[in-house]
Amino acid sequence: MTIILVLLVLVLLSVALWQLTKIFDLTQAGVAVKNSQVADDNDNKVNGYLLFGFLGFIYCIMITCVVKYGKFPLLSNPASVHGKEVDRLMWISLILIFTVQIITQALLHYFGYKYRGKKGQVATYFSDNNKLEFIWSSIPAIVLAVLIFFGLFAWNDIMFVNEKVEKPIVIEIYAQQFKWTARYSGADNVLGKANVRLIEGVNTLGLDLTDKNAQDDIVTDELHLPKGRRVVFKIRSQDVLHSMYMPHFRAQMNCVPGMVTQFSFIPSVTTAEMRETPEMIEKVEHINKIREERSKALVAEGKTALDPYTFDYLLLCNKICGASHYNMQMKVVVDTPEEYQKWLATKTTLVKAVKEAKADQDNPKEGEAVTATTDSLSTKKDTTIVAQASSK
Amino acid sequence: MSHASDIHINDHHEGHHHHKDTFITKYIFSIDHKMIAKQYLLTGIFMGIIGVGMSLLFRLQLAWPEQSFKVFSFFLGEKMAPGGVMTNEAYLSLITIHGTIMVFFVLTAALSGTFSNLLIPLQLGARDMASGFMNMISYWMFFLSSVIMVISLFVESGPASAGWTIYPPLSALPQAIAGSGLGMTLWLVSMAVFIASSLMGSLNYIVTVLNLRTKGMSMTRMPLTIWAFFITAVIGVISFPVLLSAALLLIMDRSFGTSFFLSDIYLAGEVLNYQGGSPVLFEHLFWFLGHPEVYIILLPALGITSEVIATNSRKPIFGYRAMIMSILAIAFLSTIVWGHHMFVSGMNPFLGSVFTFTTLLIAIPSAVKAFNYITTLWKGNLQLNPAMLFSIGLVSTFITGGLTGIILGDSTLDINVHDTYFVVAHFHLVMGVSALYGMFAGIYHWYPKMFGRMLNKTLGYIHFWVTAVCAYGVFFPMHFIGLAGLPRRYYENTNFPLFDEFQDVNVIITAFAIIGGLVQIVFIYNFFHSIFYGEKTVQNPWKSNTLEWTAPIEHIHGNWPGEIPEVHRWPYDYSKPGHEDDFVPQNVPMKPGEEVLHH
Repeated sequence: MTIILVLLVLVLLSVALWQLTKIFDLTQAGVAVKNSQVADDNDNKVNGYLLFGFLGFIYCIMITCVVKYGKFPLLSNPASVHGKEVDRLMWISLILIFTVQIITQALLHYFGYKYRGKKGQVATYFSDNNKLEFIWSSIPAIVLAVLIFFGLFAWNDIMFVNEKVEKPIVIEIYAQQFKWTARYSGADNVLGKANVRLIEGVNTLGLDLTDKNAQDDIVTDELHLPKGRRVVFKIRSQDVLHSMYMPHFRAQMNCVPGMVTQFSFIPSVTTAEMRETPEMIEKVEHINKIREERSKALVAEGKTALDPYTFDYLLLCNKICGASHYNMQMKVVVDTPEEYQKWLATKTTLVKAVKEAKADQDNPKEGEAVTATTDSLSTKKDTTIVAQASSK
Repeated sequence: MSHASDIHINDHHEGHHHHKDTFITKYIFSIDHKMIAKQYLLTGIFMGIIGVGMSLLFRLQLAWPEQSFKVFSFFLGEKMAPGGVMTNEAYLSLITIHGTIMVFFVLTAALSGTFSNLLIPLQLGARDMASGFMNMISYWMFFLSSVIMVISLFVESGPASAGWTIYPPLSALPQAIAGSGLGMTLWLVSMAVFIASSLMGSLNYIVTVLNLRTKGMSMTRMPLTIWAFFITAVIGVISFPVLLSAALLLIMDRSFGTSFFLSDIYLAGEVLNYQGGSPVLFEHLFWFLGHPEVYIILLPALGITSEVIATNSRKPIFGYRAMIMSILAIAFLSTIVWGHHMFVSGMNPFLGSVFTFTTLLIAIPSAVKAFNYITTLWKGNLQLNPAMLFSIGLVSTFITGGLTGIILGDSTLDINVHDTYFVVAHFHLVMGVSALYGMFAGIYHWYPKMFGRMLNKTLGYIHFWVTAVCAYGVFFPMHFIGLAGLPRRYYENTNFPLFDEFQDVNVIITAFAIIGGLVQIVFIYNFFHSIFYGEKTVQNPWKSNTLEWTAPIEHIHGNWPGEIPEVHRWPYDYSKPGHEDDFVPQNVPMKPGEEVLHH
C-alpha cells in the first residue's frame, strides 16, 4: 500500500513538474524565442543573491554543528599520555582548517554574488600573475611544513617505543569474528608462542602449551590496564582483518591474520577517575536522558526497558569483519596499579585451565560425561555459532 | 581495426556521406565518439540511480535501526529484509555495492567515458577518436561489466559485502561472510572486464590527444578539459593494471588454493590450509590504484569546471599554466601517496612518515587550483547558468572536503579518525559530491552539444539548490560523529550506549539524504524530457571559445562538414580588450597587430 502511495506521489510530482515547465514555457512565449534557457540578467540576480544566502547557510550549518555537536568529539579528556599530544595537534589543525574554510567560502560565494552578470558589464581580462601564484603555493607549503614537522614528531613518539628501556607490560589482543580476547604475559612479561594451528578446546588462542614462556599466560575477556604504566599490545587475528580501536586512548591498529602488529600507550586516567570528570558526568546524564525516553517508548510497546548507562572505556572493531562487525566490543578498565595486580591475581593461567578441562574429560563423574564432550565440541564450533546467531 | 576507421575518416575528407547507418550501427554498435559518449552517459545514469538508491536504503536503516519498512520488502525481498527489516548482511552488501557503483561505474566510467569521448575529438578538431572500433569495444565491455555487477545483486548468497575495498581474507573466504561466495566472484569478474574497458578507453584518449590535434592546436593551446582528460587517462593506464593484478591474485586465492593474501587462518572451527601470504600486500596493491583513482575521478570534474567557470565568467581562466602544472603535480604525487590509507594497517611506521609527507604535499597544487578558480570569478561577468552553479558548488565542496584531508593525511591524527565517519564525510565531499557536481556541470553545459536541445534552466536551478543544501546537510554533521569515534560500516549503533547521542544526527542526515536523493528525479525528468521536447539550441549557446561549438548542431560523422577548423589562439580569450564580442573563438585568426596577452 505504502509503495503504491509513494509511486503515486512520484507520478503526481512528475506531472506537476511537467505542468510547471509548461507554465514556464508559456510565460516565455512571445518574449525572446532563441536561447531562453540561457541565464538572463534576472537569473543572474536571483542566483547571485542565492549564492550569498548559501554562504550564510554554510556558516549556519558550521556554527550549529560546532555548538550542538561540538561536545561529541573526544577532543578533551584523552585517557592516555600521548592522547594529549594528539588532541593538541587536532585542535591546531581544526582551527586552521576552520579559518581557511571561512575565508575561502566567503570569497567564493561573495564573488559569485558581487560579479553576477549584468548587461553591459565587462569582465576584466586578467589571465595570470606569477606573484599571486607564488603567494598561494608558498603559504600552504609553509603551513603544511609546520604541521608535518609536529605531526611526524608525535608519530615517532607514538609508534617507536624502545621496549628495552621502557619495559612495558606486554599484553596480547586477540581478534576473531566477533569477539576480543586479551592474553596477559604473566610474571615473566613474555608472551608464550602461539599459532592458530594449535587451537583446541579451551585453548582458543592456539597457545603452545609446551613453551616455557606460555606457562604463566592468562587469558581474559575483559581488558584491565594499570594507570601510569606503559602497555604494549601485540595484536593477532585468527580469521579476517579487524581493527583494535580504543577511541578514548587515541589508539588504533589493525589486526592482521598471519602477522603480529603492535601499538603502545600509557593509560593516564582510571575508569573511576574518568567517571568523575564533569564532562563525563554531563555526557552520561545526557545519554541516560535519551535512553530513558527511548525506554518509555519501548515499555509502551511491551518491550523491556534499556539499562541505564555507566561509562566504560571500550575497545571496538573498526575494520569491516563480517555480519556482526557492528557488535564486536570488549570492555576496557583502567585500574590503579594495586587494583590491577589484585584483579590479575584472581585469574588462572591458561595452562592450568587446559589441565582442568582435561582432567574433567578424563575422569568424568557419573552423568557429566556427555556434557563435557559437548562442551569441548561447542567451544570448537564457537565461531560458527556466533556467526550464525548474529546473521539474521 | 585502425584500418577501418582510417578509411572512415578519409571518407569525410572527401566529403562522401553515402553509406547508410542502420539502427544497429547508429545507436548500438556505433563507432562514432558522440554516440559512444551518450551511451556512456545513459549507462552511467542508470547505474547512478541504483547506487544512490542503495544509499537511501541503508540511510533509512541507520536512522531507524531495525525498523520494518515496506521499501525494504519491496526492493530487498524476504531474504535480505525478512518482515521488512534489513538484515546486517544486506546492509553490508548495500554499502559495498553503493561504493563500487559510485566510484567505478558512475564517477570513473561514466564521467570520463562521457566527456572524454565527447570532447577530446570535438575540442581538438579531430574527426573521431584514434580508434573508433576500440572505443566501441571499450563501451561494450563497460556495459558487460555493468551487467555482471547488476546480476551479482541477484545471486542466492547475496552480492559482495566485504566493503568496496574488498580486503581479504573477508573477501576471499565464503565462510567469513556469505557475500564472499558467488557474489564476490561476479564482482571480481565484473571489475576485470571493467578494467579492460577502462584501459582501452584511456589508451585511445592518450593517442588521440597526442596525434589528432588540428593545425595550430599546440599542447599549450588545449582547453583545460582536455589536459584533465589526458592526464586522467595517463594515471589510469599506470594504476588500473595494478588493481587488475590484485583482482587476479585474489581470484587465485579464492578458487585455486594459492596463498597470496592469506595466512594462518582458523575459521568456522577449522584451520585453513593457507600459509605465507599477507592481506597487507593486497592493501598495497589495492591502494596503488585506489588513491590515483580519486584523481581519476576528480581531475575530469576539475577540467570541466575550468572550462565552465571560464566561459560563464566571461574571463580567461586564471593561471592557465599554473593549472596545467598543478594537474601534472597532482598526477605525479597521486601515485606516491597510497600509503595514507594504511597508517594503521600494520605496515612499518617509518613508511607512515614518508606517506604523511607526500600526502600533505598534494595539498599545495590543490590549493593552487582552488585559489585560481576563485580568482577567475573575481571581476568577472558571471552568467549563473545551472552548469556554472554546479561548478561553483564543486569548488565549495572541494575546499570543504579537501581541508579535512589535512587531518586525515597526518598519520598522528589519522590514528583516531581512521575508518570513522570523519573519513566518510571527507571523501564524500571531496571526491563524491565534487565529482558529481562536475558531472552535472558537464551535462548542463554540453547537453546542447549532445542532444541539440537545451535543458530547462528553472528545473536546473531547483536541482542545484536543493542538491547543494542537502549535500552539506548530509555530510557536514558526519565529521562530528566521526570525531566522536563512531566507526563506519556499522549496521546499527544501538549496542553502544556511548553512541546513543548520535541517533538524532543520523535522523537529520537521513532526512537530508532522502530529499537530496529525490530531487535527482527533477534532473532525470529534465534530462529525458528535454531530449524530445527541450528548446532547440543555437550553435553556440554559451558563447564559448572552444572548437566543439563551431561544429554543426546536427551530429555528423567526422564532426565538421568540409575542412577541420584551424586554431589560431588559446581557448580563453574572453573579454579580450580590442574585440567587440566578449569571446573570441579559437579558430578566429589574430587581427593584424593583436598581441597575446597571456603567458
